[in-house]
Amino acid sequence: MPNMNPKKMPMPEQDPNVRNKNFDEVTLGYTPEMAVEEAQRCLNCKHKPCISGCPVQVKIPEFIALVAESKFLEAAAKIKETSALPAVCGRVCPQETQCEQKCVRGIKGEPVAIGRLERFVADYAREHGEEKPVQPAANGHKCAIVGAGPAGLTCAGDLARMGYQVTVFEALHTAGGVLMYGIPEFRLPKAIVQKEIDTLKDLGVEFVLNFVVGRSETIDELFADGYEAIFVGSGAGLPTFIGVPGENANGVYSANEYLTRINLMKAYRDGADTPILHAHKVAVVGGGNVAMDAARCAKRMGAEEVYIVYRRSEKELPARLEEIHHAKEEGIIFKFLTAPLEITADENYNVTGMKCQQMELGEPDESGRRRPVPVPGSEFTLDLDCVIAAIGTSPNPLIRTTTPGLDTNRKGCIVADEEHGITSKDGVFAGGDAVTGAATVILAMGAGKRAAAAMDEYIKNKK
Amino acid sequence: MYQILEKKTLNANTKLMVIEAPHVARKAEPGQFIILRVTEDGERIPLTIAEYDREKGTITIIFQEVGATTMALGQLNVGDCLHDFVGPLGKASELEGLKKVAVVGGGLGCAIAYPQAKKLHEMGCEVDLIAGFRNKDIIILEDEMKAASTNLYVVTDDGSNGRKALVTEVLKELIEAGNQYDAVIAIGPMIMMKFVAETTRPYGIKTIVSMNTIMVDGTGMCGGCRLTVGGETKFACVDGPDFDGHLVDFDGSMRRSAMYKAQEKASVERHECNLMKQEVK
Ligand SMILES: Cc1cc2nc3c(=O)[nH]c(=O)nc-3n(C[C@H](O)[C@H](O)[C@H](O)COP(=O)(O)OP(=O)(O)OC[C@H]3O[C@@H](n4cnc5c(N)ncnc54)[C@H](O)[C@@H]3O)c2cc1C
Ligand SMILES: Cc1cc2nc3c(=O)[nH]c(=O)nc-3n(C[C@H](O)[C@H](O)[C@H](O)COP(=O)(O)OP(=O)(O)OC[C@H]3O[C@@H](n4cnc5c(N)ncnc54)[C@H](O)[C@@H]3O)c2cc1C
Ligand code: SF4
Ligand code: SF4
Ligand code: FES
Repeated sequence: MPNMNPKKMPMPEQDPNVRNKNFDEVTLGYTPEMAVEEAQRCLNCKHKPCISGCPVQVKIPEFIALVAESKFLEAAAKIKETSALPAVCGRVCPQETQCEQKCVRGIKGEPVAIGRLERFVADYAREHGEEKPVQPAANGHKCAIVGAGPAGLTCAGDLARMGYQVTVFEALHTAGGVLMYGIPEFRLPKAIVQKEIDTLKDLGVEFVLNFVVGRSETIDELFADGYEAIFVGSGAGLPTFIGVPGENANGVYSANEYLTRINLMKAYRDGADTPILHAHKVAVVGGGNVAMDAARCAKRMGAEEVYIVYRRSEKELPARLEEIHHAKEEGIIFKFLTAPLEITADENYNVTGMKCQQMELGEPDESGRRRPVPVPGSEFTLDLDCVIAAIGTSPNPLIRTTTPGLDTNRKGCIVADEEHGITSKDGVFAGGDAVTGAATVILAMGAGKRAAAAMDEYIKNKK
Repeated sequence: MYQILEKKTLNANTKLMVIEAPHVARKAEPGQFIILRVTEDGERIPLTIAEYDREKGTITIIFQEVGATTMALGQLNVGDCLHDFVGPLGKASELEGLKKVAVVGGGLGCAIAYPQAKKLHEMGCEVDLIAGFRNKDIIILEDEMKAASTNLYVVTDDGSNGRKALVTEVLKELIEAGNQYDAVIAIGPMIMMKFVAETTRPYGIKTIVSMNTIMVDGTGMCGGCRLTVGGETKFACVDGPDFDGHLVDFDGSMRRSAMYKAQEKASVERHECNLMKQEVK
């Protein structure tokens, strides 16, 4: 008899007023008892609607059934059949628009907590001696991966399991992409990401850090070095600024810079060499996950007032529901229907505030969302000493400008077919944010996975 | 990995190191830079590629000990390794086709300008090198600069070596004397580059400056290195570091450079304190 509780088993978390002062993980995860109880809410539906909501088709009812029987390690193995980074996805997937949106239990109550169960299973397996992967027999072929984000890591893992000799080239001094430099420790502990990277190393994947493809070597030079197929998963790391006067004042950051200083360069630790502004009043412009992360970091760095300034209404916020909820609990102040006009600064060029304008929702635009239009005479000023721009990123031009024959679109994204990641350049495959523009971890992983299969096909056909 | 093969002290606080970095050496060009980290938890700092040897796979850096990271770097010795070393970053200087050039270096900027002067000289270009220093104690690379230039003009603020003059005075005299420069390349403190650009502006001589903004990643990902050039926002690490000196908003860049003054000072104090503790042990 399934558990008919209409609500998800709540997940324990740190008290909001404690956690907004530390960088430890906010949510604490299920205990085995909680996981079993939640797993019993699953109806094991015949047609498995939940799976169709998952970009990598995790075998959801099957792994949940194993959880219900307390077979946690078997459940982990089941997820790993289709997903490379469950401990990550369980934490950061926007489940409410993916797997959980399709869950039949969601019709009359809350859906099964698929993400939380996935996280529990992956954490359990990591802590209870998951076996080290055995290095498969080499097939004698070499592949290169550009960028060590979720797309590149997934592609590397799949190719290594097929016996390819895989080298990952990463520009930064740490592998992991946004998982390391963008998403903060309190949402995704870096030790978990590192563990996944170590697993790839056990599989024989070689990591070359501090290597900027396009500068250190071009794609064509990598081919000349003997790599037979190359996957480009270089992400969408180029920040967009707001485009209002005063944007180069001291105290205006891109979210990338602010988060990189904190996460990658550990500016949150006492005694770190990397400087960061310890601001008192911060406004983050934007409404996605990036904006929530920047705002919650600012709070943890000691800011008394932190605003999210978003030009549409609460309904349109693109961030994960859980992040919005957590941000509110932690005391972040939301200014909806508000658009920045100008950043003001003092004579030393330090930020003093931001002039804003009230908006209202007008006619729908091309995206189908109602377009925000200014309300005349509604200008007001926020007193601030820091402004963080979190309004989007696009792919870095470095690869497209150094790779002749690689087509990109108007937005600078690499053109690649969705099914296989095939680009206009022979032997070059691409996926993740570099192709789609800023998207999600699981979509990047899915693209890496499909490209690995296509690369295998490509190399086999060449022989 | 990234081993220090050679170390030289050029003056009280300026050091030269030759680093083993074949990946970087293979592609390095004058005007480009590297980013390094001394230790696993250290800061990423940009330094210009002062020289490269493709065969030996080495990169030479010259740095002034101004803060915590450069001081820690100065403590290392031959045989020690750097934790990270990435490059070459930035665009190479566009030197093709230049026939007669004035290269203006201020202090440490002379070391940074040296590879450009050398390459131009090797290309058969006439190079007037104007090197300005505060006093005779901090003059660096004088012999190398002599070898890499057609005429070398050394000036000091106090007249303790060469002439007592500002680099801009010498530059103006040379221009007034009828020297027809295809370009002026200025590298040094921002304030010096600003005045060099002001000096050449009335004559309409193309003036290239090298913008040493604060950087983090050096790949175009953070925007921390941004500056205003001709009214547009540019990223020094990918669009530069060379820019048209007549278009750069130097005042804005100088104010951005001062952003972390207080924290940098605290960081130095912390490191000095740690060094003292080590010495006491
Ligand atoms: C702050 C923040 C929070 C987010 N939160 C979520 C969330 O909660 N849920 C979610 O699903 N998604 C979230 N996202 C989005 C998600 O992280 C990205 O969609 C995903 O990481 C894209 O993966 P990727 O592998 O395509 O690229 P990236 O993760 O960007 O990795 C690209 C890698 O390539 C490297 N690289 C780039 N150029 C070169 C080069 N020329 N040579 C060598 N290496 C290069 C980069 O340094 C980087 O390591 C968030 C993003 C950010 C920034
Ligand atoms: C493209 C480029 C090339 C450079 N080449 C050289 C070089 O060849 N030799 C050399 O000695 N220096 C060079 N610099 C400057 C060098 O990066 C800084 O001196 C160094 O980062 C200081 O670090 P620190 O921790 O020792 O000092 P900090 O305590 O961080 O700073 C001390 C002083 O240096 C300035 N500074 C701090 N960080 C930077 C930074 N990232 N970039 C520029 N200035 C900074 C500060 O404003 C302060 O005045 C270059 C900078 C750039 C951007
Ligand atoms: S990977 Fe993401 S979408 Fe798929 S089941 Fe797991 S949490 Fe849901
Ligand atoms: S739709 Fe929901 S209840 Fe049905 S199998 Fe999937 S998770 Fe279980
Ligand atoms: S240093 Fe980060 S974009 Fe230039």
